[in-house]
Amino acid sequence: METGSMFVPSKTMGTVLCCICGVAMPPNPANMCVSCLRSRVDITEGLRRHAAIHYCPECHSYLQPPHTWIRGLEPESQELLAFCLRRLCLPLRRLRLVHAEFIWTEPHSKRLRLRAKVQAEVIHGAILEQSHVVELTIHDRLCDSCTRVQANPDQWTAAVQLRQHVSHRRTFFYLEQLILRHSAALRAVRIAEADHGLDFFFSSESHANKFVQFINGVAPVKFRNDKQLVSHDPKSNHYNYKYTFSVEISPVCREDLICLPPKLSNALGNLGPIVLCTNVTNSIALLDPISLRSAFLDAKQYWRTPFRALLSSRQLVEYIVLDVEVESAEVAIGGSKYMMAHAQVARVADFGNNDTMFTIKTHLGHLLNPGDYALGYDLYAANHNDFEIDQYKGRLVLPEVVLVKKSYQRRGKPRAWKLKGLNMEVDTTSLGRADEEKRNTEYEEFLRDLEENPELRFNISLYRNKEYQPSEMASTVDGDDVPAIPLEELLAELDLSEEDEENQGADNMNE
Amino acid sequence: MATRIQFENNCEVGVFSKLTNAYCLVAIGGSENFYSVFESELADVIPVVKTSIGGTRIIGRLCAGNKNGLLLPHTTTDQELQHLRNSLPDHVVVQRIEERLSALGNCISCNDHVALTHPDLDRETEELIADVLGVEVFRQTVAGNILVGSYCAFSNRGGLVHPHTSVEDLDELSTLLQVPLVAGTVNRGSEVIAAGMTVNDWTAFCGSDTTATELSVIESVFKLREAQPSSIVDEMRKSLIDTYGQPTTFYDLLPQLFMSIMNLYPLLTGNVI
Repeated sequence: METGSMFVPSKTMGTVLCCICGVAMPPNPANMCVSCLRSRVDITEGLRRHAAIHYCPECHSYLQPPHTWIRGLEPESQELLAFCLRRLCLPLRRLRLVHAEFIWTEPHSKRLRLRAKVQAEVIHGAILEQSHVVELTIHDRLCDSCTRVQANPDQWTAAVQLRQHVSHRRTFFYLEQLILRHSAALRAVRIAEADHGLDFFFSSESHANKFVQFINGVAPVKFRNDKQLVSHDPKSNHYNYKYTFSVEISPVCREDLICLPPKLSNALGNLGPIVLCTNVTNSIALLDPISLRSAFLDAKQYWRTPFRALLSSRQLVEYIVLDVEVESAEVAIGGSKYMMAHAQVARVADFGNNDTMFTIKTHLGHLLNPGDYALGYDLYAANHNDFEIDQYKGRLVLPEVVLVKKSYQRRGKPRAWKLKGLNMEVDTTSLGRADEEKRNTEYEEFLRDLEENPELRFNISLYRNKEYQPSEMASTVDGDDVPAIPLEELLAELDLSEEDEENQGADNMNE
Repeated sequence: MATRIQFENNCEVGVFSKLTNAYCLVAIGGSENFYSVFESELADVIPVVKTSIGGTRIIGRLCAGNKNGLLLPHTTTDQELQHLRNSLPDHVVVQRIEERLSALGNCISCNDHVALTHPDLDRETEELIADVLGVEVFRQTVAGNILVGSYCAFSNRGGLVHPHTSVEDLDELSTLLQVPLVAGTVNRGSEVIAAGMTVNDWTAFCGSDTTATELSVIESVFKLREAQPSSIVDEMRKSLIDTYGQPTTFYDLLPQLFMSIMNLYPLLTGNVI
């Protein structure tokens, strides 16, 4: 006997006779046995048993009338089940849906069957549960966007013209990888190469706008947009336009040597007018190699006082380092480390031939040792024709050499990694053989850049090259200071072919 | 014998009539059909009286009675009281009582020996019931409902209670009432037993929605199949006539009543006397 609680006598439910058929049953609010209740009352009366849904075979989407096409509904999935239940218009005020599931049908039979269990209150408050089978017929119908694509596959409504007025295409290689990584150009109908840039064509203005906003976030750009009237319906006041976005990327790239205009140099705190551009994302990072000061310019600031590079990476000259004297400790600026040093260098072209040597200050003290090769800008011998330098009118003392990066001996070593590419239309007839070679060397330089700079690799997906076999010879001959990309950073490509079983399940090798 | 009947297209016949072993009260309806059914069944045996109580037709739920007496609520008018006193046999005591719960038919359920009442009934009313009806009074609930007059109907031979009554409750009630009880329904699954049917020792009247199963349950528990009205009434009359010569006390009548009950009491519920 529990202390402190009431004694409740046990109650056993007796049996009554069903009032219709006389079978003994426990009492329920209707006082009829379940079979009598089922035979008299049909709660699914008035519910639809057949329905029709429309399916677009091109883009695998289903129509939700009147105009919406829903994508991503896999067969026998929860979302498809919810969609079909919505199409059935069940009177949920008097019924309660307890369970729903698909019944197997052949995929090509164009029929979907589902079984729904519904509960409803019948006489005197008894709740009856019944299962209800519905058959849905799938009708094939091309959705509006697929019809438009079928009618005219090159039809575009919005175009984005991406331009950068420099003589190389390194930025576009990098942007291509970024776009692939973030899938920003998924909705593009066509991608075409133009001189000094790329054209992206979209079927709706909002897709183009989204793409432009993405580019705005990864590069310092200025853009404008325009529209052109194609047709208009005066009765319903419906206007069809073609939209164009003109996006210009700033001509300043990584490893460019820049002479800042005097106003901008003052505004940035008298940053020495000769600066090196170290990184370009949506802001430009500038580094003064002599004083190791840095500044960041974002797109608005840049385009207020635009300037061009004095010398770009095409004009890099190879130097050999003869002596290095470290002056200051290691400084970390914007994620990278620099060390101020005095160095004695000579041009590789001069090395054996004459005694021309330069003693310079450089920011690469942490990398250079005597006997190393480095690439730098030769201001001693350069012939520049630059508006900004003229503005200084001789007050400026130019350094003779600005070292930019260390150079490594590379043989044509096959790489363990590879990159994917966007499928663009390249106008091959206008390119000559020289242009193609230039393109290839630029691409090779871009790949080398990726190997040397981990911060460039941050936003890019690199894939493991399956054909790569490390050859014994190459590894013993090469020096071991050549930077290579560690294996942990490479992704394995998703390969859905049936023969290749080792890649199934290994979608991402990152830790 | 159980008869199916309707009062003006309504199956709740226990609301509009009151049937006992000595008399029958019937409500005044638009057509005479209801009255004529009762009359055809009962005319030779007991008087069938048409009446209203307090101007209403729901007489079955407002009054409570057995062969010894009839209790009426305070809403009964004097004319109705007089009419009933005139129409009913002289040995039936007609009494109007002052009680807060005026639907006496819903609060009191009785046969000729025992009565079950609403737990909140006044003490004076309980004593009046014991006096006028000549019964032993028990305050009880049926399947958790306090309106015992609505949810159970019993005669001297058997009883029918609310279908949700548990087995223990059924045993307890059966012991109190000393008659076999069954949990069942009337009028196609209606739980309000006494509103759906009215019964005495040899006949019962149910609503026309009552299914065959329910009817067979009613006939078997109230022992209506072999019942002969005249023999039962004659037995009662004989016992009454016997006592005209001597002062009648309850204890004199007790052996005869007890014998008649003993003959008819089956061992269904396992209660052995």
